[in-house]
Amino acid sequence: MPIDWIWGLIGGLLIGTGGAIYLLGNGKIMGASGIIGGLVDGSGRDTALERILFLLGVAVLPVILMPFYRSVDTHLTDNYYALIAAGLLVGVGTRIANGCTSGHGVCGMSRLSIRGIVATCCYILAGGIGVIIFRHILGVI
Amino acid sequence: MLRHLIALIAGSFFGAGLFVSGMTDTTKVQGWLDVFGNWDPTLAFVMGGAMIPMALAWLVRARRQTSLIGTPLPPKPSTKIDKNLIIGSVMFGMGWGLVGLCPGPSIASLTYGGAGLYAFLAAMITGMVVAPFVRSRLDRLVPAE
Repeated sequence: MPIDWIWGLIGGLLIGTGGAIYLLGNGKIMGASGIIGGLVDGSGRDTALERILFLLGVAVLPVILMPFYRSVDTHLTDNYYALIAAGLLVGVGTRIANGCTSGHGVCGMSRLSIRGIVATCCYILAGGIGVIIFRHILGVI
Repeated sequence: MLRHLIALIAGSFFGAGLFVSGMTDTTKVQGWLDVFGNWDPTLAFVMGGAMIPMALAWLVRARRQTSLIGTPLPPKPSTKIDKNLIIGSVMFGMGWGLVGLCPGPSIASLTYGGAGLYAFLAAMITGMVVAPFVRSRLDRLVPAE
């Protein structure tokens, strides 16, 4: 629906503004998997508070905005095998590739980084093939 | 202090953007990936929208020596396309397609994602912890030229 697209565009502008603030303010690339990963594996110990506060902002803003919405649903599957398999793939994959939708997608592609573009093509292609396999062939999602 | 305030503000914009764009709704993400189903183009608008301020920020970056807080700005991006980038991204994409979650939205929906989200997060964190072992395994399997 076009109204969803407009909200998508507005949300995108907000996401990009966050990335711009993080880049020009702190000199860092706003990549969710890198920010979380550095906390998880200890490689970002020196910047732990910066990372935690960033993630706090990410988690809290939806709570503040939620009262303005009639209903909010993630429509997340209740298939725990799928959730755990997906979590492992996302965790391992983003760390090996050094980025996810925000780092490679938003920040990388906007500076025409060849790595960002290649990574984005790979995960979109894999995601598309994944949906074909899991939804249309196996019927598990 | 300023560094931490900037991180909180940047994260708030990111979280607000993920929320209002509908990117914490997994059906919108899977709907975009599902080109043979009921295709939903919203994600393309989100990506496109995010590119605009970010591209401007990169233009500003080119004229600056340091960030606002005085730290060095990111150097020119590497152009090395290696197997880790490809294999990692393919793994990530498979997981992303399977349940419709990537790292950003998994944090944005922390308070309303329910038990399933916690299972996903626990697995994602486990994956991030074991990633260095998987990477060294991969290096042995497919040595870099």
